[in-house]
Amino acid sequence: MATAEARVRAEFEPHGGTGIWSWITTVDHKRIAILYYVTSVVFLVLGGIEALIIRLQLAQPNGTVISAETYNQLFTMHGVTMVFLMGMPISVAFFNYLIPLQIGARDVAFPRLNALSYWIFLFGGIFLYSSFLVGQAPNGGWFGYAPLTSKQFTPGLNADFYSLGLQALGVASIMGGVNFITTIINMRAPGMRLMRMPLFTWMSFVTSFLLITALPVLAVALFFLTFDRQWGTNFYQVAAGGDPILWQHLFWMFGHPEVYILILPAFGILSDIIPTFSRKPLFGYAVMVYSGCLIGLISWGVWAHHMFATGLGPIADSFFTISTMIIAIPTGVKIFNWLATMFGGQLRFTTPMLFSIATVGLFTVGGISGVMHAASPADLQQTDTYFVIAHFHYVLVAGTVSAVMAGTYYWFPKVTGRFMSERLGKWNFWLFFIGMNLTFFPMHFIGLLGMPRRTFTYSPDLHVTNLNLSATIGAFILAIAFLLLIVNVLISRRNGAPASHNPWGAATLEWATSSPPPEYNFGRIPVIHNREPLWLPGKEEVVEAAQARPGAIHMPPPSFWPFFTAIGIVGTFALFLTGHWWAPLIGVAWTAIGIVNWAYEPTH
Amino acid sequence: MNHAAALPAEEHFETSTGLNTFKLGFWVFLGSETLFFGSLIATYMVYKGASVTPPYPSQILNIPLTSISTFVLLMSSLAMVLALAGVQRGNRAQTLTWLLATAALGSLFLGFQAFEFTEFYHKGLTLQTNLFGSTFFILTGFHGAHVTVGVIWLLMLWVQALRGRLGAERALTVEIAGLYWHFVDIVWIAIFTLIYLLE
Repeated sequence: MATAEARVRAEFEPHGGTGIWSWITTVDHKRIAILYYVTSVVFLVLGGIEALIIRLQLAQPNGTVISAETYNQLFTMHGVTMVFLMGMPISVAFFNYLIPLQIGARDVAFPRLNALSYWIFLFGGIFLYSSFLVGQAPNGGWFGYAPLTSKQFTPGLNADFYSLGLQALGVASIMGGVNFITTIINMRAPGMRLMRMPLFTWMSFVTSFLLITALPVLAVALFFLTFDRQWGTNFYQVAAGGDPILWQHLFWMFGHPEVYILILPAFGILSDIIPTFSRKPLFGYAVMVYSGCLIGLISWGVWAHHMFATGLGPIADSFFTISTMIIAIPTGVKIFNWLATMFGGQLRFTTPMLFSIATVGLFTVGGISGVMHAASPADLQQTDTYFVIAHFHYVLVAGTVSAVMAGTYYWFPKVTGRFMSERLGKWNFWLFFIGMNLTFFPMHFIGLLGMPRRTFTYSPDLHVTNLNLSATIGAFILAIAFLLLIVNVLISRRNGAPASHNPWGAATLEWATSSPPPEYNFGRIPVIHNREPLWLPGKEEVVEAAQARPGAIHMPPPSFWPFFTAIGIVGTFALFLTGHWWAPLIGVAWTAIGIVNWAYEPTH
Repeated sequence: MNHAAALPAEEHFETSTGLNTFKLGFWVFLGSETLFFGSLIATYMVYKGASVTPPYPSQILNIPLTSISTFVLLMSSLAMVLALAGVQRGNRAQTLTWLLATAALGSLFLGFQAFEFTEFYHKGLTLQTNLFGSTFFILTGFHGAHVTVGVIWLLMLWVQALRGRLGAERALTVEIAGLYWHFVDIVWIAIFTLIYLLE
């Protein structure tokens, strides 16, 4: 595509249109980012509603709001949604929007592949949710342990929706990873050395490596499950000598890097926001980069800490206890560096900064409980209780989601040219902060007092009724906070105060171009001389280049084939549900048509 | 601002590393594939000798036959190298010959695999029989699927060459197809060693 795309025009001609068709065929990374963001928020609402129903059921002992079977489906889909349909894609929304802008590129390396990733994600999500229509949503927990997912124990389609849906989503993630790695390695502006890239781009880079290495392992685990269920293979069949622990190994070999796939982008967001509102360069830039890389690397050697209760033996337990505790070191380094960045800075407590500070604090709570169950003897007490729920909601809600909220308030002016309402923002923040702690802090005690997770009801004799009621109240406050975020976005999109190209006075390159950026991002690609191109001398030249009148720029034209091909790919997996061996071939043929047309589509 | 229009049109396409973006992206994809096959192979190794019912590998694997098919596949890599050399030199006859040869050797390998699968089936080994059956067919099956995709890809390139649309300026397209082909070959070396040769 690259050289074939070269086409000299005197003036840049935008690929016009704002109708539905322009969104379906768009290959613009900024529009795809918006699609990712909006879709993820829709799934956040769905997953949130599931959580609220769960909390209603648990508000009182012996709850009767829903049946045990519905409860199983709800907690499974809540987990699947929040991990695969909200957490990952909302990070990808930020990757899409920011990476090209932060490194000085006009788009990602493979714009059509980028669109394909999005459409697979959307259709995969719809496929997963269609399971509710037949009343057979996945019900074996988000990590779908064997042998519970076998045909014997799950005769319905529940586990098939799970394995096939995740398989499709995994394809999208791998494509995204390939795309972002290539973009970051190859499409940087002149002078944008790796060690001058903003931390967000760096953490996206590490995350992308985790995506391309972790997701194939999940793909294999899911293929085994699919084949076991559809064609009677023996991968997880105990009677045939198979070992259900194989599933756990494969799943967590994916699943633990996955945890860092969810949190590293959040670390990146914080590392960009905190310097801006402290008016200080990030403390220990290089160490921040290295610790991020180290977290990514070590995340591959800790998976079995999810499996202490399976009886791995003392040597394996010791190894994974130690490796898990070691990973707390680079993470701790990051926390201290954020604090050191704020130390002595001119702090401005805007909404994004409030969310960032809260993330640093609350993530640490989750990090500490993480170190607690890294110790395998302690973990035996905590595993499968609400203590674990408390832990990972502190890292994912107070970590990932809170950072995403910070990022939303921070980059909204770049995306729309308008500020979000600070007044609503403060409400949003405090409701989030109170709701989050009210919901998840009691769960530490609920767990230590012995309430197991994934059980649809509990006895009043457990003495966790008030704690559970508190969690339920907190969950509804949290829901109001998310509602306020959505309201704020909708109102501010049209009525927010206008923002300049660099309204926060930030240092990184995305703030050099106008808000919102033009389709081609930069009139001329700026030349970068340092890590803070908008703070240090030479900033005028950078801004001038970024906002220059565009010359002969070629942008890739819209394409329908990513959308078409995505239908084929998700269709292939969906057609496995029919149980006919030939049915998926229809999807394969459809995909092949899409790929051939894609390959021969003129890109100029 | 005035000199914006004077910038060379290629400005957009220079890459930070000098590597071609497609080639780099494809290398990254192959990295991902490594983990895919790595997981499949690891599963095979974990379940080696764990089957509770026959047929067992030692009773059924035909090492001489598969050695021949392995040789065929390895030779196809040589053919691929020659095809790429043909494209790079702009030598259409060489390109056509060796692209077709690569695809033919790949197909021959698939033929061997089909024969092997059928024979195993007649000897009572299916996906469902035992762990060996499950792991063997899934691992070699996924590899075979990759070879199939490669053969189709090569044939598409061959048709383009036939129409005179595969000149030296498109050598990179063939090079990337070659990367894929060699990768699939290397995976087979691992599979052949671990399944057939290792006791």
